[in-house]
Amino acid sequence: MTVPLLEMRNIETYYGPIMAIRGVSLVVNEGEIVTVLGANGAGKTTLLKTASGALDASKGQVFLDGKEIQNRDPDWVARQGLAHVPEGREVFPFLNVAENLAMGAYNRSDKQAIAADVETVYGYFPVLRDLRGKMAAYLSGGQQQMLAIGRGYMAKPRLLLMDEPSLGLSPALVEEIFEIITRLNREQGLTILLVEQNANVALRVSQRGYVMEVGGMVMDGASDDLLASEDIKEFYLGKKEEGIRGQRRWKKRKTWR
Amino acid sequence: MLQVNDIIHLAVTGLAQGCAYGLIALGFVLIYKATEVVNFAHGEFMMLGAFAVLAFSEALGGSFWPAFVLGCLSIGVVGYLIDAQIMRRIIGQSSASIFILTVAFGFIFRSLAGMIWGWQTLSLNTPFDGKVVIAEGLSISHDRIAIVAATAILCGVLYLFFSRTRFGVAMQAASQNQLAAFYMGIPVKRLVSVTWAIGAMIAAAAGALLAPVTQIDTTIGFLGIKALAGAIVGGFGSIPGALLGCLLIGIIEPFADFYFPAIKGVSAYVVMLLVLFVKPEGLISQTFQKKV
Repeated sequence: MTVPLLEMRNIETYYGPIMAIRGVSLVVNEGEIVTVLGANGAGKTTLLKTASGALDASKGQVFLDGKEIQNRDPDWVARQGLAHVPEGREVFPFLNVAENLAMGAYNRSDKQAIAADVETVYGYFPVLRDLRGKMAAYLSGGQQQMLAIGRGYMAKPRLLLMDEPSLGLSPALVEEIFEIITRLNREQGLTILLVEQNANVALRVSQRGYVMEVGGMVMDGASDDLLASEDIKEFYLGKKEEGIRGQRRWKKRKTWR
Repeated sequence: MLQVNDIIHLAVTGLAQGCAYGLIALGFVLIYKATEVVNFAHGEFMMLGAFAVLAFSEALGGSFWPAFVLGCLSIGVVGYLIDAQIMRRIIGQSSASIFILTVAFGFIFRSLAGMIWGWQTLSLNTPFDGKVVIAEGLSISHDRIAIVAATAILCGVLYLFFSRTRFGVAMQAASQNQLAAFYMGIPVKRLVSVTWAIGAMIAAAAGALLAPVTQIDTTIGFLGIKALAGAIVGGFGSIPGALLGCLLIGIIEPFADFYFPAIKGVSAYVVMLLVLFVKPEGLISQTFQKKV
């Protein structure tokens, strides 16, 4: 059996006295896009922050390519080949686009390869090339998201964590960004762990998915199966099923409870 | 009435003084931007710097420049260790605790300097003891020119460092968004310690250059409070603002002291209060609204 690229085993993470994640396990294999769905406060962001070292886990282990990486400084984790595109973009506001991208490649010294990767990023996001001298604070939300993804790519990571890239973007921009995420996976072989609230688009681009609720995993499976599942349709996709009597049953429960 | 010569003389004195404040404020602002800690012991870095340069100068038989470099570097090491060994542990505590800690460092540094070098006023021999005679009755001493020149050079070097080098840009990045910098694999903790070292070194340089004007004793660090006022005038968190504010305070000071000798030395704080009333964010502020 091959070692998965990322494995989280029985992770428990606290925010102060509150247990935000209660024993979550997850596997990401090389070359996959895996998505984690869940509502606000389900613990998705906490899960990613635990993986990248921004939060310490009180129990459990995180393995990157078989090597334990939990409870280390996030810059050390990043140097092991895990890049994190944080929720809300978090670009460097007073650096320009080109400098933001250069910071993504901070730990690389191969100048030519870095220059080539900057071109690759500009290829995926042509608008960034035109804005390369502009301060990131003045970019629109969509442009900042593109910059954040590009910056993550510049680290040439083994695994890219993405926290809600659709946050605050128009539906058309969400389509555009997710198309590029798919292309990064297919053309650059980038493995991606994607956390989303937008279940529809996330399940369409990913191969496998997990569903989180109040700090625990409640479902997992192939994305196609999840898309077809009644519970996901009802609670995450908002598709309504007509009842036998021509109206919705008012006491529909999630089957995993 | 003031003669033209007197006005020029006071202005030059004030400019030099303002530059010295500016060098100290530079360290304040750098450290504040990197860690959101206001280091109330920053004036003491300047005081220690003056003593260290004096000590090295005596050990090396009076040669100023090697002593200057060694003195500044050693204070840089002190700044680095203060952050790496102590400040890092208290980050995340309430700002009152951090405030008290930095004030305490001020007391400790003053006492240490007194125990090592004594409490009397000492003087440092610098190569800047001559003066340039511009016209009849108007001359500018070399030490003042040295302070202004050093400020200009240091600002230029720092500007190039922060805008052109990978390390400098990373320091900016870490101060703008620390968590994102961590995610990019930037060694934020080490960078913050280096920022402390740079701030301490600049202050030490200011102390040594100012030594011919102020002499050296354990209390010269209180100049740091005026530098802090200057930084607030300019807009805390903005380096050009801090320099501008300090120059303003420095230039106003000798004139205010001349016209209102009864309240000598208070003008800096009056200017600070006025600016806080009229434009609380300072003359040049660097803020932005985060987009969601």
